[in-house]
Amino acid sequence: MDFHQQLLQGIHNRQPRDIARAISIVENNLPGAGAILSSLDSDRVNQATILGVTGSPGVGKSTLTGALISFYRSQGKRVGIIAVDPSSPLTGGALLGDRIRMMGHALDRDVVVRSMATRGRLGGLCASAGAAVRILAASGCSPVIIETVGVGQSEMDIVRLADLTMMVMAPGMGDEIQAMKAGLLEVADILVVNKIDYPGAETLTMELESAVRENGRQNKRICQTRAIDNRGIEELAGAVDELDMQFRQNGERDRRKQVSLERETIEWCIDFLRPFLTDKLRKEQKNVSSDPRSVAQSLIKNLL
Amino acid sequence: MNTTHPPYRILIAKPGLDGHDRGAKFIARALRDDGFEVVYTGIRRTPEEIAAAAIQEDVAAIGLSSLSGAHMRLFPAVIEALKQAGCDDIPVLGGGVIPDDDIVGLKKAGIVQVFTPGTPLQDILDAFRNACRNNNPKGY
Ligand SMILES: Nc1nc2c(ncn2[C@@H]2O[C@H](COP(=O)(O)OP(=O)(O)OP(=O)(O)O)[C@@H](O)[C@H]2O)c(=O)[nH]1
Ligand SMILES: [Mg+2]
Repeated sequence: MDFHQQLLQGIHNRQPRDIARAISIVENNLPGAGAILSSLDSDRVNQATILGVTGSPGVGKSTLTGALISFYRSQGKRVGIIAVDPSSPLTGGALLGDRIRMMGHALDRDVVVRSMATRGRLGGLCASAGAAVRILAASGCSPVIIETVGVGQSEMDIVRLADLTMMVMAPGMGDEIQAMKAGLLEVADILVVNKIDYPGAETLTMELESAVRENGRQNKRICQTRAIDNRGIEELAGAVDELDMQFRQNGERDRRKQVSLERETIEWCIDFLRPFLTDKLRKEQKNVSSDPRSVAQSLIKNLL
Repeated sequence: MNTTHPPYRILIAKPGLDGHDRGAKFIARALRDDGFEVVYTGIRRTPEEIAAAAIQEDVAAIGLSSLSGAHMRLFPAVIEALKQAGCDDIPVLGGGVIPDDDIVGLKKAGIVQVFTPGTPLQDILDAFRNACRNNNPKGY
């Protein structure tokens, strides 16, 4: 049996190290990445529920994820987590700290946590994170939770990998206004007001309720939580369950999956083409013209 | 930063019961600023938790920090936990207030490098880079 087959079997049998190595291989786009991804247990991958958790820095996403892990574990579910943090654009390094809030589950083999840096890939992270999500799902994790800091476009791309997304907010951070401006409220299925032990939680909840009502989005749920002591988590998980069921029945889940797969496919195309295009460009044009748009068009024209 | 190689992943952890982690955080930030991807796990972790996290994160090296004086017990315990999981090929480095006499013992126990408050930062960064480079992952 060759190395990649061994990894695939390890993934299927929930072997921590095989799962971890497979993710590294796809994250670094090493030889064998394709062989692994194309042979994952597709039933598990297709059936798993993928949850997105996003929101501004510090609102409590990781703590909330930790609380959700406890809840799902109490139901006997095996849980996967991909926790994404930004890479420094200057050094390429990253501090991945989300795990701190989930260490209570470190010895539980049915809680698989993987931290990932954005590595300046913009939309390209979607491809790596998507692959990692699939590997966790193929190892029997469902749900798989993706945590991202909801600040930029790349994070929104990641959220699109999810079957459903919760946007976490906390009182006094002013992010409800930001969120409405950026249209983030539109993409989120569940709005979570966390840190309800802080003053202003009620006001924030009411503002969100009226914003949701104005937009005529009855489908959107609003939940209140105090993630540090597991308050409101059962209700939140209940809302997740209900929406998940609904989306599976009414075709929304399939529709989203289709859009997301389309997106990921395009990301891969660009990923694969990049070195080739760079090479071609450098060979054909010593000095890149001051009109990159038309150079790009002619480059692609030659390609097709 | 080396652009041909993806960033090395490292786990920084603080085993034991002493309460603050200024040293561990300082090293974590310095490594990040030097281009590493650093998984930080916070204070008061058991050796078993550290090993399990390092395996899940597929890190190329582990850095341990201890100020409590319990390094002679805790650092080798991390190596033992890795061994139990069949993963003791992951190199472990350690730092803290560690007397010279202990350094010999720690190295004998398998800790590849030991840092003290006097170690220049650049030496620490270089040691992590070398440890990652030498830990040439099997098969990929
Ligand atoms: N009072 C209170 N504090 C909370 C609650 N939830 C989380 N926190 C605290 O808020 C801080 C940030 O929590 P995290 O879970 O790390 O937040 P995050 O959104 O994951 O942060 P980033 O990943 O850095 O963006 C921590 O100190 C938590 O203990 C809550 O419900 N109430
Ligand atoms: Mg977090």
